Amino acid sequence: MSDEILVMRGITKRFAGVTALHDVTLAVRRGEIHAICGENGAGKSTLMKVLSGVHPHGSYEGEIVFEGEPCSFGGVRDSERRGIVIIHQELALCGQLSVAENLFLGNERAKRGFIDWNRTNHAAGALLARVGLRENPTTPVHDLGVGKQQLVEIAKALAKDVKLLILDEPTAALNDDDSAHLLDLLDGLRDEGITSVIISHKLNEVTRIADSITILRDGRTIETLPAHDVSEDRIISGMVGRDLEHRFPPRTPDIGDEVLRIEGWTVHSPSQPERVVVDNATLSLRRGEIVGLAGLMGAGRTELAMSVFGRSYGVGISGRVVKDGREIDTRTVRKAIDHGLAYVSEDRKRYGLNLIQDVQLNVSAAGLDKLAPRGWVNENEEHSVAEKYRRSMNIKTPTVATPTSSLSGGNQQKVVLAKWMFTDPDVLILDEPTRGIDVGAKYEIYSIINDLAAQGRAVLVISSELPELLGLCDRVYTLSEGRITGEFDRVEATQERLMHHMTQGQTS
Amino acid sequence: MTTETAATALKTPAGPQRRFTFNLRQSGIYIAFALIVVLFTVLTDGALLTPQNISNIIVQNSYVLILAIGMILVIIGGHIDLSVGSVVALTGAICAVLTVQMGLPWWLAVLITLLAGAVIGAAQGYWVAFFGIPAFIVTLAGMLVFRALTLTVLGNQGIGPFPDQIRTLANGFTEGYLGNVGLGPLGGADLVSLLVGVAVVAGFAFNQWRNRKARLSYGQVVDPFPIFVAKIALAAAVVLAVVVQLARFRNLPWVLVLLAVLALGYSVMANKSVFGRHIYAIGGNLQAATLSGVKVKQVTFWVFVNMGLLSALAGVIFAGRLNQAGPTAGNAFELDAIAAAFIGGAAVQGGVGRVVGAITGGLIMGVINNGMSLIGAPSERVMLVKGLVLLAAVAYDVWTKRRGRA
Repeated sequence: MSDEILVMRGITKRFAGVTALHDVTLAVRRGEIHAICGENGAGKSTLMKVLSGVHPHGSYEGEIVFEGEPCSFGGVRDSERRGIVIIHQELALCGQLSVAENLFLGNERAKRGFIDWNRTNHAAGALLARVGLRENPTTPVHDLGVGKQQLVEIAKALAKDVKLLILDEPTAALNDDDSAHLLDLLDGLRDEGITSVIISHKLNEVTRIADSITILRDGRTIETLPAHDVSEDRIISGMVGRDLEHRFPPRTPDIGDEVLRIEGWTVHSPSQPERVVVDNATLSLRRGEIVGLAGLMGAGRTELAMSVFGRSYGVGISGRVVKDGREIDTRTVRKAIDHGLAYVSEDRKRYGLNLIQDVQLNVSAAGLDKLAPRGWVNENEEHSVAEKYRRSMNIKTPTVATPTSSLSGGNQQKVVLAKWMFTDPDVLILDEPTRGIDVGAKYEIYSIINDLAAQGRAVLVISSELPELLGLCDRVYTLSEGRITGEFDRVEATQERLMHHMTQGQTS
Repeated sequence: MTTETAATALKTPAGPQRRFTFNLRQSGIYIAFALIVVLFTVLTDGALLTPQNISNIIVQNSYVLILAIGMILVIIGGHIDLSVGSVVALTGAICAVLTVQMGLPWWLAVLITLLAGAVIGAAQGYWVAFFGIPAFIVTLAGMLVFRALTLTVLGNQGIGPFPDQIRTLANGFTEGYLGNVGLGPLGGADLVSLLVGVAVVAGFAFNQWRNRKARLSYGQVVDPFPIFVAKIALAAAVVLAVVVQLARFRNLPWVLVLLAVLALGYSVMANKSVFGRHIYAIGGNLQAATLSGVKVKQVTFWVFVNMGLLSALAGVIFAGRLNQAGPTAGNAFELDAIAAAFIGGAAVQGGVGRVVGAITGGLIMGVINNGMSLIGAPSERVMLVKGLVLLAAVAYDVWTKRRGRA
């Protein structure tokens, strides 16, 4: 009896002329946590969609053997019946429904067609206990944070009697605490005999939790490694096919005078106006400087940035924004842009891009006035601007007339950056600039950030990934519960010190 | 240099294919329009394209086309306006009161009516843009309120007749200032109309040529020269054919002149002005537009003001055409205008659509209406066909979108 719960052999999947998977092999042992690593577009998600029946049998070549039996899934329901459950990156929960209703959606505890609420809520309570979520089963899901919603998704999988759990970027939207909790949970599920396949960009998590790692590159299986004594650099070199000596491009800082100072900045929550989200924060940025803002999720990082940028968040805002020694008015986005500020959101699909429009129109969106001196847009000039950024930033797109929805995450992010570079800002606030972006594209984004600083602009980088801040920034502020709790030079900052100040004052 | 860029573009495997499917999606509506015209020309033994009938189609549909121009902008912005039918009725009634009952000069009455339309649009725009009530609700309320005001103003009876100038604007034709062509196949055709047609074609060709030159000077890829010429020739042939037929009937309808000006003006505004671009940006992604410095509220507000203005224009023309402002005027016009926009390629979620597309969508419905009545189809069957055409058009759009993504 083989101890392999799942074997995928010779999987080839083509989309209209593009081969997304090419003779891919994956073998997962029973009871292990198996990580799949690869750059964006390497075929990880496609492979999991083949496995779970999203791409039905017959639309691909190759065979799937699950628990010793060949499988031909016609849809997600078929694979779920066999105990294979996939949790997608974008969570699939109904926000208005309660936790219990979500857990048994499509799988209701019913008697003669009517839902048995006692049984539903009781069973939900048991499932929540298994994933360590202390919430009332009748709480609406939209009242929970992303981390807890992720746990609800896992509980939902458990409700379906899962044998093989597939998680696509489960911690991408989670803060470090929630991530750690999730990883512990996966550890626990392994002890219960549940096999997991996890797709993740966070290599530190992969090396921490996984038993085996399969690396995909350009739709092919590169290798499968035992995870225990493999270094992150080793995985990266497999993913990118070359040795990435440095994950961060080299840079010599050339720092000038102070350009922006935020003084005594206080922001209240729009939903609970008595709650202080940002508390008397003061920070300053200098020309040519890259400054980090480190904080756990919920610390008020995005809220601080968005409230400064045209009061896009929050109520009861007080404090001063001083640029080049003079107080400026940033009460609308337009005014903030006119004063040379730019804000790149952490959620580029929701806040950054017009996905149905092409690259050219997205690049010009914030600086359209520059292309339209008398109110009429010079489309030829607009085209050359877009072309200029496509070339200089290496945006991979067939033409600038391609809709941004068909670009990969890294290239979408470059489009957003191009949009703001075109407004020629003095200060850029980049909120999670490399979220959901693969290693190779990250390097390119870092280079762009370095270039921006080299041009004499000030850059404020908000990130949950401490190594990223340490690798990139000249100075790092820590933010905890809306208060600036520390400020560190590049030389004195370590992950431990930052984390210490990021958690200061919490639960105390 | 430029031939080089063109050559490399052709060598890229994804290039030509991509451009073809893109074109198919955009031009599908025009191909469909051509097919429908051909179909009804055959079914009616050519009666569809007789001089008088072409003139009829334009005059009969003018107010829906004007509404469609405003509606497409509202829909691109991610909203809807259900009140336009009632606004047509109310503004028609206002115009009637001003001219017939108060005896104001026609131009002043029209001006005040248009202003009233803009104020109505502003009132609705305020609730949508600044107060944040969904446009569906605001304009549903408006539909009832403005119909009620119409009934109040008119007291449940029609007011007419209108001054000649307003009737001419709605129903009349340009004078034969230069007389007619005496001889040949164009026998009896109005010279002014023909000259206007030639001037329009020449202007169009010149403008296309200038755009092409500008694009080339920026090193962009353009159509190969024969295709460029063929496109212009095709457009010129269609325009001239229509103008010749009109000239042989009773010269150019004034509403056609008005429509041509509106279509051109609003197309340029939508595509090339900052304001137009902002409408697309808002409809495509409201949050992203907000964070890019677009003044979302102001733009939305002015889109509704514009819709009110165009509704008033349609109201004047509709009342002038019937020579009476009636309490049931404009019933269900909002549905025709919305259908025209969606047949013309607008997306339900906003951010997509073209002024010319909406006009074509309106003409498709107009030709179906007219063609089916020429072959004696009962009105319930006309309604059935129009419903199915709307469904088919949007289904085609959804299908091409899905195929483009796979």
